[in-house]
Amino acid sequence: MSAQTGRKQAFVRELLGRSDYAIIGEIVEPQTKVLDLGCGEGELLEWLAQTKGVDARGVEISSAKVQRAIARGVSVFQSDIDDGLSGYPDQAFDYVILSQTLQETRHPRQVLREMLRVGRRGIVAFPNFGHWRVRVSMLTSGGAPRTRLFPYEWYESPNIHFLTVHDFENLAALEGIQVDRRYFLAGSRKVRTLPNLMAEVAVYLVSRG
Amino acid sequence: MIVTANTLRFDSLSLDSGATLSPVEVTYESYGELNAAKSNTILVLHAFSGDAHAAGISPETGQPGWWDNMIGPGKAYDTNKYFVICSNVLGGCRGTTGPSSIHPATGCPYGMSFPVITIGDMVRLQAMLLDALGIERVLAVTGGSMGGMQALEWAVAYPARVVAAIPIATTTRHSAQQIAFNEVGRQAIMADPHWNAGNFYGQELPGRGLAVARMVGHITYMSDDSMREKFGRRLRGKEAFGFDFEVDFEVESYLRYRGNQFVGRFDANSYLYISKAMDYFDLTNGNRSLAGALEAVQARFLVISFSSDWLYPSYQSQELVRALRSRNCDVAYVELESNYGHDSFLVDVAEQSSLVRGFLASTFEKLS
Repeated sequence: MSAQTGRKQAFVRELLGRSDYAIIGEIVEPQTKVLDLGCGEGELLEWLAQTKGVDARGVEISSAKVQRAIARGVSVFQSDIDDGLSGYPDQAFDYVILSQTLQETRHPRQVLREMLRVGRRGIVAFPNFGHWRVRVSMLTSGGAPRTRLFPYEWYESPNIHFLTVHDFENLAALEGIQVDRRYFLAGSRKVRTLPNLMAEVAVYLVSRG
Repeated sequence: MIVTANTLRFDSLSLDSGATLSPVEVTYESYGELNAAKSNTILVLHAFSGDAHAAGISPETGQPGWWDNMIGPGKAYDTNKYFVICSNVLGGCRGTTGPSSIHPATGCPYGMSFPVITIGDMVRLQAMLLDALGIERVLAVTGGSMGGMQALEWAVAYPARVVAAIPIATTTRHSAQQIAFNEVGRQAIMADPHWNAGNFYGQELPGRGLAVARMVGHITYMSDDSMREKFGRRLRGKEAFGFDFEVDFEVESYLRYRGNQFVGRFDANSYLYISKAMDYFDLTNGNRSLAGALEAVQARFLVISFSSDWLYPSYQSQELVRALRSRNCDVAYVELESNYGHDSFLVDVAEQSSLVRGFLASTFEKLS
């Protein structure tokens, strides 16, 4: 597997304090229709609407976050992601975004399928459980790993499905999902080699080919 | 802000029942200024027992409007920015033609000779009002409960005239439970001997029946929690039970008070007609599915429900949201946490305000 990156710079400038947002902001083309699953308070959607003129929609489970998103003018509806997609017609969006959300869903495989039914392309960003710090943390402490990206106690973590770069690639292959672009990040630095070991966050642009 | 009501008269209105009402009058209030582009109108739609006096202070009664906490300068429906209109519904008793109005053919109040009306008829009259005011398109239609039904009807019946719709604590059609509560209210009125088949004008009012109907209504507007908090089992002005059937509990006193107060301001026949219009309302209206009925809709939506509202439970709003989503409509939805039951849309306004303010601002921005 080659770490194919879209840009030559070694660093990405953060967007709204997040480097995966910067990648997503770069991928999304202007004047498109975007659905963000697990959109939180809608910061990314607001940015995409204002900067790229996209038609921005979101799904979020937390009432408080939905309220703040709507208050900033983003069309968000309160729903569980696992069934938040079922009502949409096929190919309703140009992009469906899962930004650090896939690991929190109950049925990630189903979510990925639905994502590419509803959207022509999917953008999936997730924390890489294969990162060396995670491995070291688990090996040395003997407990559930705690790192910068996985700061939670096991009993408080929203993450219920831990996946690695390898795992995602394998599932994509199994599901016949085409990876159009892949980005690997450690902090704001782009990772070029051994992404499964070195990347803290992976961002994939996927489609049905 | 002192506000005055205006009344317009139209020659006739064709009704869904096939009947024609002629002439017909509509009473409305407005707040703020219509802008030059005529793009800042918000049509506020009142609930079952509301009226055109939505905001400001009425010079007659000195009372604030029923949504004064939401409409005004700097408020959610900001009258510094928007031109807000609210009219009394068709069938009402607060200025717009209803069963207590004079039948021109007889010179007496219509009573039960008033034709049965629908939410669609109410909306058609509002559209005539906007035509008369020279307003082709509204920035938003908004209302809670029956006001939400009218907002939905607007979005479906006049898709090109509605930029955004904000249906709050409402439904696309009444459930059996909702129809049942309305029927209890109607039966209470009709069982009152003073109702006299609707001919009570100028005589003793069917006050007992109307008060009982209102008492039932009030129970459905509150939640178990809010009643427990407000009344508990506290006794009213006594230390011990009276061992009679006078008022013992605070809650009894409250319901009797609200029931009797209602008799002074609401027409018993309007109660019958308007509650029937709500029961008849069904947005699917001949379509096989709700999504089918929403086919022509162009508006963007902000749908709000309240966690403790058991009269218009969140599942009804969620059904609407799902159908809108299947049409790929632009829809925002949230269930707000509130203890006040169905009344939440009138009393619990802090969170509602920030939602509405942001939603309207972004809608208005996209428009201009």
